[in-house]
Amino acid sequence: MKFLWKYLHKYARRMSLVMSIKLLGTLLELLIPYVMEHLIDHVVPIRQIPLVLIWGVGMVGLAFCVRICNVNANRLSVRTAKEATFEIRRDLFHTALNLSGQQMDTVGLPSLISRLTSDSYNVQSFTQSVQTIGIRAPIMLFGGIAITLTMDTGLASILCIMAPVLIFLVVFISMKGIPLYDKVQRAMDDIVRIMRENISGIRVVKALSKESFEMKRFGQANHTAASRDIHASIIMSLPGPIVTLFLNTGLTIVVLLGARRVNAGVTEPGVILAFLTYFNMIMMGVMGLNRVFMMMSKANASAHRIQEIVEIPEDLLPLPESEAASAPDASYLIFDDVSFQYLENTASDTASDTERFAGGARQQCLEHISFRVQRGGSLGIIGATGSGKTSIVNLLMRFYDPQQGHVFVDGKDVRVYDRDELHRKFGVVFQNDVLFADTIRENISFGRDLEDQALEFATRDAMAAEFVEQYDDGFDHMSVIHGANFSGGQKQRLLIARALAAHPEILILDDSSSALDYRTDASLRQAIDSHHSNATTVIIAQRISSIMNLDEILVLDEGRIIGQGTHQHLMDTCPVYHDLYYTQMGEVH
Amino acid sequence: MARRDSVMHKPKDAKGTFRRMITYLGPFRYMILLVFILCLCSNVLSLLGPSLAGSAINEAAAGKGNVNFQKVTYYAIRMLFCYVASSLLTIGIHIIMVRVSKHVAQKMRQNIFDKLMTLPVGYFDRHQSGDIISRVSYDVDVISTCMATDVVSILTSVITVVGSLGMMLSISLPLSAVTLVTIPASVFYTTRMRKITQPRFAKRSRNYGIMNGFVEEMLSGQKTIQAYAYENRVDEKFGQINTNAADAYYDADSYGVTIGPTMGFINNLGLALIAMFGSLLYMLEFITLGSISSFVLYSRKFSGPINEIANIINELFSALAAAERVFTLLDETEELTDRPDAIALTDTLGNVELRHVSFGYDPGKTILHDLSLHADAGKLIAIVGPTGAGKTTIINLLMRFYDVDGGSILVDGTDIRQYTRKSLRSAFAMVLQDTWVFKGTIFDNIAYGKENATMEEVVAAARAAHIHPFIMRLPEGYQTVISEDGGNISKGQKQLLTIARAILYDAHMLILDEATSNVDTSTEREIQKAMRDLMKDKTCFVIAHRLSTIQNADHILVLNHGDVVEQGTHTELMKKKGFYYQLYHAQFE
Repeated sequence: MKFLWKYLHKYARRMSLVMSIKLLGTLLELLIPYVMEHLIDHVVPIRQIPLVLIWGVGMVGLAFCVRICNVNANRLSVRTAKEATFEIRRDLFHTALNLSGQQMDTVGLPSLISRLTSDSYNVQSFTQSVQTIGIRAPIMLFGGIAITLTMDTGLASILCIMAPVLIFLVVFISMKGIPLYDKVQRAMDDIVRIMRENISGIRVVKALSKESFEMKRFGQANHTAASRDIHASIIMSLPGPIVTLFLNTGLTIVVLLGARRVNAGVTEPGVILAFLTYFNMIMMGVMGLNRVFMMMSKANASAHRIQEIVEIPEDLLPLPESEAASAPDASYLIFDDVSFQYLENTASDTASDTERFAGGARQQCLEHISFRVQRGGSLGIIGATGSGKTSIVNLLMRFYDPQQGHVFVDGKDVRVYDRDELHRKFGVVFQNDVLFADTIRENISFGRDLEDQALEFATRDAMAAEFVEQYDDGFDHMSVIHGANFSGGQKQRLLIARALAAHPEILILDDSSSALDYRTDASLRQAIDSHHSNATTVIIAQRISSIMNLDEILVLDEGRIIGQGTHQHLMDTCPVYHDLYYTQMGEVH
Repeated sequence: MARRDSVMHKPKDAKGTFRRMITYLGPFRYMILLVFILCLCSNVLSLLGPSLAGSAINEAAAGKGNVNFQKVTYYAIRMLFCYVASSLLTIGIHIIMVRVSKHVAQKMRQNIFDKLMTLPVGYFDRHQSGDIISRVSYDVDVISTCMATDVVSILTSVITVVGSLGMMLSISLPLSAVTLVTIPASVFYTTRMRKITQPRFAKRSRNYGIMNGFVEEMLSGQKTIQAYAYENRVDEKFGQINTNAADAYYDADSYGVTIGPTMGFINNLGLALIAMFGSLLYMLEFITLGSISSFVLYSRKFSGPINEIANIINELFSALAAAERVFTLLDETEELTDRPDAIALTDTLGNVELRHVSFGYDPGKTILHDLSLHADAGKLIAIVGPTGAGKTTIINLLMRFYDVDGGSILVDGTDIRQYTRKSLRSAFAMVLQDTWVFKGTIFDNIAYGKENATMEEVVAAARAAHIHPFIMRLPEGYQTVISEDGGNISKGQKQLLTIARAILYDAHMLILDEATSNVDTSTEREIQKAMRDLMKDKTCFVIAHRLSTIQNADHILVLNHGDVVEQGTHTELMKKKGFYYQLYHAQFE
C-alpha cells in the first residue's frame, strides 16, 4: 500500500477533494430519512400544508445534491485511478523491458505478463473504489448508527451491538472464500491444460487409442473443479442472506422495543419509521465495507507483485573503467577463461515445483572457455543441445555476467560499455527469435531508421527478397504476432535481414538457418562473405556445412571446449567433430 | 464487470438453443421445481415483512400509554418469522442452484471433451485451439453463472416488483401515484444508460485486449529488443497503447459510475414524494402512519429489481449465445464409425501397399494425385522431398487420420478401411515432428502408449533412446514432473522422450516424421543405432530432412508437388543424377 501511495500522493489534493465530496454526499444522504422523521413527527401534527411541501421539496433538493456529489466524486475517482494506473503500468513495462537475463529468468514471462495485466487492473479498480465506497460504506454504517443514536439511544444500542458482530462475520466468511476461489482457479487451469494437451497431441492420442483414457483423465479434473466450485460458491453466497437476516431481526427488535418506548413516551412513532430506513443504509454499509476489504486484500497482493518488479534494482550497470579488467591483447573478441552458470530460479511466490526445476535444468555451465576472434574474422560454434553454445552469445552481449573470467569486445571489458552502446555493435539472430506485429520494413529496420536501399540490400543478402518482392505492398506487408503468417524459413530469412541491415561490426547467427534448405543456406553464406566481410562473425549451428569454412571453430560439450581450430585441424584432432562430419555428409565423401 | 464487458452476441436460434439448454436441466427437474416453490415462498414472505412492520407501527403510533402490546408483539413475531424464514429459504435456494448449475457445467464440459475425442483429426487442423478452449472455459462459465443466479434473480425480481406494486396499490391507491414518476424514470434511465455504456465497455475490453497482446508480444521478444537497443521505441509504442487503454477505461467507467448515484436519486426522489404526499394524505386521514412506513419499505424494494431485470436480460442473451457456440461444437460430424463388418488387425506382418491414391484436404485442391507404392514387411521406406510435397499427408492417410479420396491403401493385403481404426492405429508406432509431451512425470510420458508398463521397461526404452542419463541427472529422476508444453526441457530432449515412448510401444510398423530434426547430429547418430535395432523386422516409413540419415533405406520415394518424381535406392537415385541428386548435393554447397 505504501508503494501505491508513491503514485497516488501527487493526487492527494484531488483525492481529498473526492473524499470530501463523497463525505458530504453521504452525510446529506443520511439526512434524508432524518428530514422525513421530522416531517412526520413534528410538521404533520401541526397540520401546516405549506410547511409539509417545503420540507418535501427540501428532501428532493437533498436527494439532488446527493446525486451531484456522488456523480462528481465517482468520476473524479475514476480519473485518479486512470492516471495513476497509467503511470504504474508505464513504469512497470519500462522496468520489465529492461530486466536483465538473470532477472527475467527469476520472474518468469507469464508472471511478468500477469503483473502488467490482471494485477494492474486490480490496483486500478481498487484505487477507484477506495475513494468512493471506501468513504461511503463506513459513513453509511457509522453515520447511520450515530444518527440513530441521536434519535433514540436505547433503540440504537441494538445496532451498536449487532454491527460489529455482523461485520466480523461477513468479512470472516469472505476471507474464507477467497482462498477457496484460488483453488477453483487452479482446478480450472488444470482443465484447460488437459484440453490444450489433447488438442495439440490429438494425433498421438488417436494413434495410441487413448481416447477413453483421456476422457477419464479429463473427467477427474472436471469433477475436482466442479466440487471445489460448488464449495466455494456456496460459502460466498452466504454473506448476503446473513446480513439481511441479522438486520431484519434487528428491525423486529426495534419495532418491539420502539412500541414500548412510544408507550412510555420516550420516543416518537416517526423514529421507528426512520430506523427502518437507516437499517437499510447500514446494511448497505456493511456489504460495501466487505467489498472494500476483499478488494483491498486482492489489490494489496497485486500491488506487492507490481512493486517487486518496479523496485527491482537495475542489474548489469556499466562498470567504471578503473574497476574493469583490461584486455590481454588486441583481438577484437576475447573470452578469457570464462566460467558461467545460470543461477537457481529463486522466485518464491510464482515458482511451483516444476518452474523451479526449469531453472535447475538450465544450469548447464560454461567452464574455462577461452577464445579470440580478430576484427573481421569469424568463429563457428558447434555442439550438442545444452552444451552451452547460446550461453556464449548471452555473455558476449552481456545479458549475463560470468562468475569467473572476462569478456572483451573491441579492446574493452564488456562491463564498461553502456548497454545500448554495446548492443549497437551487434547484428544478431537468436535461437527462436521473433518477428513483431508490424510491417516488414519496421521489423528489419527495427528502430534504426534505415533507408529503403539498406533494407533492399539486406533482404537480398538474406535471401528474403524473392518472397518480399512478391507482396503487392512489399516492405509494408504486415507480419502478425510472432510472424505466424510466415513459414519457418521465411521468418529466419527476415530475421537475418534484420541482423545484416545496419552493417553491424559483429554479426551473430544462433542456429538461425536451421529451417533453410541447403541451397539457400549456402547462398546466404556466400552473400555474407562477399558483402559483409568487415563484420566479425559468430555462427552457431547444428550443421557442419554452415560453419566449416570459418576461421575458427569451437566444439562444445557440456560447457567445455573439446575441440578448437580450423576445420582441417579439427578433422585431424577432434574425434567428435570428425564423426559429426561423416554422419552429416555421408560416407561417400 | 467482466460480464458487462463481453460484447453482446445475439443468438441465432434463441428458441431452439433455449429448449436444448433446458434438457440439461432435465435430471434436476424436481430440484428446479423445488427452487421455484422456495423462491415463491421466500419472496412472498419477505414481501409480507414490511406490511407486518407497518401494522406493528400502527399499533405503536397510538401514542403514549395507548399501545396495545399484545398486538405489537403479535405482528412483530410474525414479522420476524417471515424474515427469518425468507432468509433461510434464500440460503437453501442458493445452495440448490449452485449445485445444479455447477453440475450442469461439469456435464457440459465433459460432453464437449468427450465429443472432441470422437472428432476427426481434421477438425483440429481447421480450428484454433484457443477457440475450442474458450468453449470450455468461458462459454460454459457464462451458461452456468446464468443458471445459478439469473434464474433465481429473474424470479425474485418479478415477484418483488409485482408483489411490491400490488402491496403499494392495496395500501394506498393515491400514494401509489408516486410510482408513476419513479418507475418510468428508472426504466427510461436504465435503457438509455445501457445504450450509452455498452459500446464504451466493449471499446474498453477491446483496448485491454490490444494492450495484453502487445505486452505479451514485446516481453517474449525482450531479448531481441534489448539486443537492438529498441527499448525506447517500444516504450513509446506502449505509451500510446497505455494511453488508449486508460482513456477507454475512463470513457466507459466515468459513465458507469453515474448509474448507481442516479438510481439512488430516483429512489430518494420516490422517498421524498412519498413523505410529502404521505404526510398530506395522513393529515387528511386517508392513510395511517403504519401504511406510510410499509409504503416506504416497499418503494425501497422496488427500484433495485428494475435495474436488475435489464441486466439479466442481457446476460440471458449472452448465455444463449454461449450455449449456441457449445452446441455447434457438440453437433460437429464425428469421425466415421468403423464399418459394421470391420475386423481387427492382429498379427500384423507389415506389408503395406498404396494403390493409385489421390487425396486433398480441401475439395478441389488435390495434394496427392496418383500415388502407388509397395512396402514389403520389414523394409525401410524413406520419403523425401521439399516442404509441401505431401510427405506428412501420406502418414495422415496410413493412420487413417484422413481417408483417401481415390484409390486404396492395403495392409497385409486388406483395405485399411476394413479394419477397426483402433487395431490399425495400434499396429503403428509413431514419432512426429511436433513432439508432444503432457504435464506429468517422465515415467508417465514414456509409458503413455503402454498400459501397466513396468519401471524396467520404461528405463530400457529410455536407455535405447539415449535419454536415460539425462533423466537420472534430474532431481527426481523418472518422477520429475515436466510441464505442459515441455518448456522446462529442451526440444531435443522432448524428442528423445517421444522416441522412448515409441520404442516402448513396440508396434509392427513404425512412422518417423522428421523424428530426429530437433536432435543434434551426434545424438542423432546414437539414436539411429538404437532405431536400427528397433526397426529390425518392422516396416518403417521415415520422412527426413537430412538425406544422410536415409541413405541405407530399402526404398526412397522422392516426392515433389504430390507426385512421386523418382524412386529407388540411394545408389540408384544418385546414378540417375536427377532431382534427388540435386537435393543431395545442395547439402554440401
